[in-house]
Amino acid sequence: MDIYKFLITPAEATRLHGPHDRIVMSSRVRLARNLKDAAYPGWAKKPERIKVLETIRPAVESLPEMKDAFSEAMDNLGALDKQILVERHLISREHAAKSSGSGLVLNREETFCVMINEEDHLRMQALRPGLQLRQAWSAIDQFDSALEKKLDYAFSNELGYLTACPTNLGTGIRVSAMLHLPGLVLAEQINPIIQSVNKLGLAVRGLYGEGTEALGNVFQVSNQMTLGESETTIVERLDKVLLQIIEHEENARQTLLEKKTKTVFNHIGRAYGILANAHSISSKETMNLLSLMRLGVDLELFPGTDRSLVDELFIITQPAHLQKQFSDKLSAEERDLLRSDMVRERLKNVSRPSVKAPKSGN
Amino acid sequence: MQCSVCKEKPATVFLTHIENDKMHKVNLCEDCAKTKGVDNPTTFSLADADLLLGLGAAQEITQTTGGVDLKCPRCGFSQADFKKSGRLGCPECYQVFAEGLAGLLKTMHKGTRHTGKSPEALRQSRDNAEQLKSLNKKLAKAIESEDFEQAAKLRDELKALVSPAAEPAKK
Repeated sequence: MDIYKFLITPAEATRLHGPHDRIVMSSRVRLARNLKDAAYPGWAKKPERIKVLETIRPAVESLPEMKDAFSEAMDNLGALDKQILVERHLISREHAAKSSGSGLVLNREETFCVMINEEDHLRMQALRPGLQLRQAWSAIDQFDSALEKKLDYAFSNELGYLTACPTNLGTGIRVSAMLHLPGLVLAEQINPIIQSVNKLGLAVRGLYGEGTEALGNVFQVSNQMTLGESETTIVERLDKVLLQIIEHEENARQTLLEKKTKTVFNHIGRAYGILANAHSISSKETMNLLSLMRLGVDLELFPGTDRSLVDELFIITQPAHLQKQFSDKLSAEERDLLRSDMVRERLKNVSRPSVKAPKSGN
Repeated sequence: MQCSVCKEKPATVFLTHIENDKMHKVNLCEDCAKTKGVDNPTTFSLADADLLLGLGAAQEITQTTGGVDLKCPRCGFSQADFKKSGRLGCPECYQVFAEGLAGLLKTMHKGTRHTGKSPEALRQSRDNAEQLKSLNKKLAKAIESEDFEQAAKLRDELKALVSPAAEPAKK
C-alpha cells in the first residue's frame, strides 16, 4: 500500500487541535521493549532479526488499537516513503535507514506508531496534538499492557525493562513535546532556557530529533533519565517544565511586542515578503520564514488567516513531501523553484501583515 | 582487605548487595571465590549470591575480573564491543557486564533501581510473595501470643494463597 495515501492529508493533520497548540505542536510518549530470548537488533544477525519481526508484528497487529493499521516490513518501503514518515515525525531517522528485518505498524488515526527492530525490538509511541503528555502516557501504558500478554519481555526486577542502550534502561520511556519557540529565539532568551532545562535532566533537541538543527524554531524537549523514577514522575515533571516554557514564550512574545515592536514587525514583514514573492527558495529558509509567519498569525498580524495555512506549508514544503507531489527525480534547484511556486500560490490571498492590528491581548 | 570467608588471604573479589538502601558487602580471596564458584562471572548466577550471602535476591554484584575481556555466553558480545557501540548485545548482557555498568548507570540515571511499571504476571507473583511473608509473620505472632483462633484463620489464608488454584498462572 502507498504510505502517502494511507497518511492523514497535511490539510487534515493541521486541523487536529490540542491544549496549548499555539506553542506545543505535539506530544509523544515512547516505550522501549525487548524480547527476552533474542539479541538486540544492532547485534542480531539477519535471520534472528527476521524471526523477531515475525513474532512481534502479528502481536502488534492483533491489538484492537491497530485495526486497519498500516503494517509493512521496512524493506518494502521506498527511500522516499521512509523520508515522508520522518518528515511527519512518525519514525526516527535511524529507523528510516533500516531495511530487512525491521518493520512499522501505524494506526489509521496516527495516534499509535510502532517501530519494530529499530534500536530495540520494540519502540511503541503514542502521539497527540498539543500538550497531552498524560493522555499519551496512559494510552501507551494500556497498549503496552495488552502487548505484554502476547510477548515475553526482557525484564529484571532491579533494572526494569532491559534495553539495547543503558540510557533507556528501566522504564524505557521517552516523554517528549515539540515546541514552537520563535519568541524566545528572537528575544535571545533561548540559550539560558535550554541550559536550565538541561540542568533538570531534560534534553532539548532540534526539529527531527537527536543531532538536528532547530529548523523553524521548533525544539523537542524530552526526559533523558529512565531508571530510578516511575513513569508518572517523569511525565509530571516534563509537564510542569513545559508549562513554564510556554509561559516564558508567551512573556517573550508580549515583551517583544511592547519593547521591540519594530524588530518584530520587521522580521515578520520580511518573512512574508520573501515567502509571497520568491521564485526559488530552499527548504531550510522556507521553514525559518514560515516560523516567523506563524508567529505573525499568533500575534494577529494576519487577520483572517488561520494558523493551519502556515502549518500545512510547513509539512508540504519539506523535501520528501515536495518530491512526492511532483517527482523524485528533481534536482535540489528544481525543487527550490517548485517550492517557491507552491508557497506563492498558497499565500496569494494572504494580505501583508497589518501592523496596526488591534492588540486584543486575550 | 581480608577475605571474609577464610579470614587469611587478601580479598580480590568484592560482592556488593543493596537492599532497601542497606548495603551488604562480601569480600573474597581468589581461592575462596573459586570454591564458592564466583570466580567466573559467566557461570556465576545471582542465585549463588543469595546462597553465599544468605540474603534476598542480589541487587548488585561488583567484582574484579583482572582485565579479562568479558564475553556474554548467550550472544557472544564483549566488553570491547560495548565500548565501541555504547549498546549491549542482548538482555542477558546486563548480568554479564553488571560490574562495568554499575558505575555508568549511576552517572546516567536518577537511581540504579527500577521503580516504574512491571509486567503484570511478575507483579502478581511478587505481591503474592510479599503477602505470604506478612501472613507468616502474623501467624508466628499469633502462635506466640497463644491466640489460636486467629492462628487458625491465618493458616487458612496461607493455605488459600499457596494452593495451586490461587497461584497466578506463570510459566
